[in-house]
Amino acid sequence: MSPKTLYDKIWDAHVAHEADDGTCLLYIDRHLVHEVTSAQAFEGLRLAGRTVHAPEKTIAVPDHNVPTTLDRADPATMTPESRIQVEALDKNAKEFGVHYYPVSDVRQGIVHIVGPEQGWTLPGMTVVCGDSHTATHGAFGALAHGIGTSEVEHVLATQTLIQKKSKNMKVEITGKLKPGVTAKDITLAVIGETGTGGGTGYVIEYCGEAIRDLSMEGRMTVCNMAIEGGARAGLIAPDETTYAYVKGRPHAPKGAQFEAALDWWKTLFTDEDAHFDKVVTLKGEDIQPVVTWGTSPEDVLPITGVVPHPDDFEGGKVEAAKRSIEYMGLVPGQKLTDIEIDTVFIGSCTNGRIEDLRAVAEVVKGKKIKDGMRAMIVPGSGLVRAQAEEEGLAEIFEAAGFEWRMAGCSMCLAMNPDQLSEGERCAATSNRNFEGRQGYKGRTHLVSPGMAAAAALTGKLTDVRELV
Amino acid sequence: MNKFETFTGIAAPMPLVNIDTDMIIPKVFLKSIARTGFGKNLFDEMRFNRDGTEIEDFVLNKPQYRSSQILIAGDNFGCGSSREHAPWALEDFGIKVIVSTSFADIFFNNCFKNGMLPIVLPQEQVDILMKDAEKGENARMTVDLEAQEITTSDGDVISFDVDAFKKHCLLNGLDDIGLTLEKADSIKSFEDQAAQARPWV
Ligand code: SF4
Repeated sequence: MSPKTLYDKIWDAHVAHEADDGTCLLYIDRHLVHEVTSAQAFEGLRLAGRTVHAPEKTIAVPDHNVPTTLDRADPATMTPESRIQVEALDKNAKEFGVHYYPVSDVRQGIVHIVGPEQGWTLPGMTVVCGDSHTATHGAFGALAHGIGTSEVEHVLATQTLIQKKSKNMKVEITGKLKPGVTAKDITLAVIGETGTGGGTGYVIEYCGEAIRDLSMEGRMTVCNMAIEGGARAGLIAPDETTYAYVKGRPHAPKGAQFEAALDWWKTLFTDEDAHFDKVVTLKGEDIQPVVTWGTSPEDVLPITGVVPHPDDFEGGKVEAAKRSIEYMGLVPGQKLTDIEIDTVFIGSCTNGRIEDLRAVAEVVKGKKIKDGMRAMIVPGSGLVRAQAEEEGLAEIFEAAGFEWRMAGCSMCLAMNPDQLSEGERCAATSNRNFEGRQGYKGRTHLVSPGMAAAAALTGKLTDVRELV
Repeated sequence: MNKFETFTGIAAPMPLVNIDTDMIIPKVFLKSIARTGFGKNLFDEMRFNRDGTEIEDFVLNKPQYRSSQILIAGDNFGCGSSREHAPWALEDFGIKVIVSTSFADIFFNNCFKNGMLPIVLPQEQVDILMKDAEKGENARMTVDLEAQEITTSDGDVISFDVDAFKKHCLLNGLDDIGLTLEKADSIKSFEDQAAQARPWV
């Protein structure tokens, strides 16, 4: 048998039908659903008189548009539009009988944090969600990607997706990371290298010593941003770290079933000599703490760098860089560490897990954020929030001057009232710095949790290595 | 879904690279639970000032491009979120075809589900179409999906590739859920076999 990549193996195990032209029906093991991209899909089912094919494999949780204020149990705190969306999800979940974590449930949180936390996401699975950051689940060696609302409806109705196979791309991070460098820096550095279109048409497998050394939290951060590199999905082969994380989670297999699953999971790796259509290699020790200066996630530079000049680029990127620099209110040649910020957002499916919060606490413990700074920490789930409180992290955050919020997407996409106002500049641990992403004319610099914490203390983009 | 038929329409040039889904439809407009009505907010922040007045030099506000049906765009169009509101907004505005050197994967798929045709061409050919589009109102291009050809206002013919299955669905206006449900037996037998092989799923 010819050698296969991890992607080939998972793909082959899920093809329910293949047409002559290679168009496949890919069977979906887990379908995650949230309030913003599902209402039209459920409505479509209803209009066509269809049902949800496998409600037991469908998990719904509101996250994108829910308030993150402490008093949110009171529906009056929601804007009318978000109440309509959340109520629609409540109703659809009940009517179609899918698993559901309502806003009032301590297990509620960002869909990509809840799935792994509850053991819904397991190695070798296919996972989809009407959200591009579904790539996160690839950290488990699950083939996971975002889909549009029409495809949500298709999966609800058939538990399959019409797909053609992508190409294989390998991203290898060799060696060890330097102190102060995190999974977020890896994933941003890769996008800086490949560009936001570099992964288009591919599924990326991340490998190499620096990836192996990461915790599951870190691996989720890496895979989360595969989509920002244009890839359909990111994958990391499961190993002992993965099994240990999965074991004992509410919906993970138990006892003999776990052992049987483990036998299969251990076959999920890329065979030696398997073919990759594209290979990118970075040295772990070359990666530095990075920030974005522009309005595309590929606009990445080490924190020690300076704002570039549009003429440093070629082709269509010249115009884009000019527009970005103007939008961001920067001057070419300006040192990145001279950029003053007024808002810090720590959270999102990229960096809203317990380890991220521990990294923040390490930097801010016993210190105070800069006067006038607006800094919020939004845990990725109710359970992350509870754990941070148990570990005493919440006290550290509040003593330092951070707002400690309830779980949700919050200022990552700023659909709820957690938004930047015009001209405000934010150091954010989320994944998109697009124009207007965090609020109309708001300015976003993407960073790791430690770097965001450092910026909250100094009021400027700051090299976290100088503070710890 | 409507059938995709050959048409002749105005093409608007948008040479900017990395036009993302937040630009196409800012999230403040994602709060509706309907599928229609997003066209008025297409490219909202690029198209309108905060007070609702139009930004004159934005291409779709220029008189000659207000009824464009084709967009000629810079590289990596539609990157970002999976929101289908982006193709819904384009479709609602009247756009039927988008041409670029590359598209983001999810956006690309979403277009087909809404009767729109995204076309990938090499840089040189996009440049030719971009030049043609810059001529304004008289730059009417013809898109023939059956023949897989775009004809410029000068009569140049550029052929393009399209996935055979997607082409078939577009030309016939097919609902792909219906098509998949015809394969219910394959799905059922896959499920039986998977339940044996991986009972923990
Ligand atoms: S946290 Fe941000 S990126 Fe993640 S699912 Fe929510 S909105 Fe999307």
